[in-house]
Amino acid sequence: MTRTAEAGRRQAGPGTRQPRWLWPTLAVPGAGWLTVLFLLPFYVVLAVAGGTVNPLFLNAVPIWNPLDWQSGYVRQVFSDLFGASAFLGPSVLRTLLYDALASTACLLIAYPVAYFVARQAGRRKGLYLVAVVAPFWVSYMMRMLAWQNLLQGNGLVNHALTVAHLITQPVNWLSGMPVTVILGLVYGYVPYVIVVLYAGLDRIDGSLLEAARDLGLGRTRTFLHVTLPLSRQVIYAGALITALPMAGDFYTNTMLSGVPTTNMIGNVISSSLSTPGQGGEGAVLVLFLLIVMLAPMIWYVRSTSRAESGDVL
Amino acid sequence: MTAGTVTRAAPEAGLSRAGRLSQIRRVRRPSVLRGFVWLYLLWSLAPVALAILFSFNSGSSVTEWQGFSLRWYVGDPYYSVLHDPALHAAVIQTLRLAVLTTAAAVPIGVLFAIGVHRWRSRQASAWTFLMLLAFVMPELIFGVGIFLLFTNLLTIVRLGTTAQFLALVAWNISWPAIIVRARLQSIGDEYEEAARDLGASSVGAIRRVLLPMLFPAVFASVVLVFAGVIDDFVIVDLLSSNAQSQPMSVIIYTLGAHGGSAAAPALNALATVMFIMSIVTVAAGWAVYRLLTRGERHRAEGLSLSAFTGV
Repeated sequence: MTRTAEAGRRQAGPGTRQPRWLWPTLAVPGAGWLTVLFLLPFYVVLAVAGGTVNPLFLNAVPIWNPLDWQSGYVRQVFSDLFGASAFLGPSVLRTLLYDALASTACLLIAYPVAYFVARQAGRRKGLYLVAVVAPFWVSYMMRMLAWQNLLQGNGLVNHALTVAHLITQPVNWLSGMPVTVILGLVYGYVPYVIVVLYAGLDRIDGSLLEAARDLGLGRTRTFLHVTLPLSRQVIYAGALITALPMAGDFYTNTMLSGVPTTNMIGNVISSSLSTPGQGGEGAVLVLFLLIVMLAPMIWYVRSTSRAESGDVL
Repeated sequence: MTAGTVTRAAPEAGLSRAGRLSQIRRVRRPSVLRGFVWLYLLWSLAPVALAILFSFNSGSSVTEWQGFSLRWYVGDPYYSVLHDPALHAAVIQTLRLAVLTTAAAVPIGVLFAIGVHRWRSRQASAWTFLMLLAFVMPELIFGVGIFLLFTNLLTIVRLGTTAQFLALVAWNISWPAIIVRARLQSIGDEYEEAARDLGASSVGAIRRVLLPMLFPAVFASVVLVFAGVIDDFVIVDLLSSNAQSQPMSVIIYTLGAHGGSAAAPALNALATVMFIMSIVTVAAGWAVYRLLTRGERHRAEGLSLSAFTGV
């Protein structure tokens, strides 16, 4: 016992007195799991994307050696995207449009709500926080189902609009209406943005705002010159936390529209997996999505870990 | 946190006129904002509340109230959650996946966090980066990748519960790892050092000193992973093989997406079961968490929100 203590005292710095193997060993199960089941799948995606198709059974035939990878699928997807019969082009444009509109709407809704809870809610802050965060804990599918109930042909939305004399015929909201899909996306993702924005706005030092006020800035200018610049980082984070998953969303669309005229890229990918002979194209599209998103993802990881270490110091 | 105390202490301390003015303004100001927040709350909560309400409808409509009944939960011999084999199996499958995934992902993630935190090398930061990347990866990309893995390379794993379990663990390791990592950073090394100076072995110091201090964080991640698996859709959908391996979210999606089935309120009832499961998990988790962190209530205020939303 004393020996360990002595040995401990003799050595310098934390972390050096344990056996060297201890810490890496603890990390091994997690690291291994992530390697095999998170990293390896990307190699399989590459192998399928660079592979061929079995002409008889139409299943994808991956090619494992990178040197033998074919460009057939890539070329095919490229022509589907930009070529003469570019049937994927509209889906991509729609994804960009819906994603941009819905993310913007999310921010516009979430910022005032988060701002109010973080800065103005006073004594009832905890209560507001719980209410505002509650949808976060309601299953996404349930929330989509709830809107499906409301937007049915004989649903409450049509009913209310008829009573208000805004429409005479029930509107078929649940089939091919972009506005419904965008509403679904906003409804689905806005709680996440609120949580992110709240965390950021709550962290802003209140004395800075006091100082701005004491120095004679009005409310609006305090907000514009102090709060808004201080929350810029967290606005970017909030935009990313919606824009990234929305780009790969297919279920909102299926639940609230379900017709090809509102298809997004996620719908194309998810249906390619179940369509014989399309697996390879699905893989290429996933790679395409990954390449587009990798930079913002890395930015997000970097900025959050920087914020974390900043907090500790 | 200090800022909050300063503002709160200010009225007693006697304010300057400008200060008092801004105090008055602060009371008056929120009215428009408050109205907006209430509108938001109505918009965000009412649809869910109505969905729950209509799961208790005695008729088969989800828009027209015909009286209260438990028909869609237990009463109806064909379509209720209790008697429809698909809905029944879905509840069990969700619970099974949630328990199994939590039991595996949390220990693995906690050990991973402790390991890379103390390892302190380039490799450790590379692993941390990988873990964080898994955290922000869009689920569809991960889901397609792991679907292709199980259908092309690790074909020994058939689609179904095993594949869902393996994938969900990989997807959820990041939660405990991130939460415990944050906690480790705030604890620092001193306690463990002290334990070792007093003669504990390294493993003993982890077990006797570090783990008890990490317990609230570990517990929070149990809640998060459990509730997260209940809510999960993309992975379990892509990896389910037959009706038996479709959890609740997938059933709601497949039955809900293809228009009103005869048993629409039964679907609402299933969603309500799911809702109750998540809310009970989170509420109980929150209560226990507050109990665990009683001694450090001040910190816990901020910590618990971040711990329970993972942001």
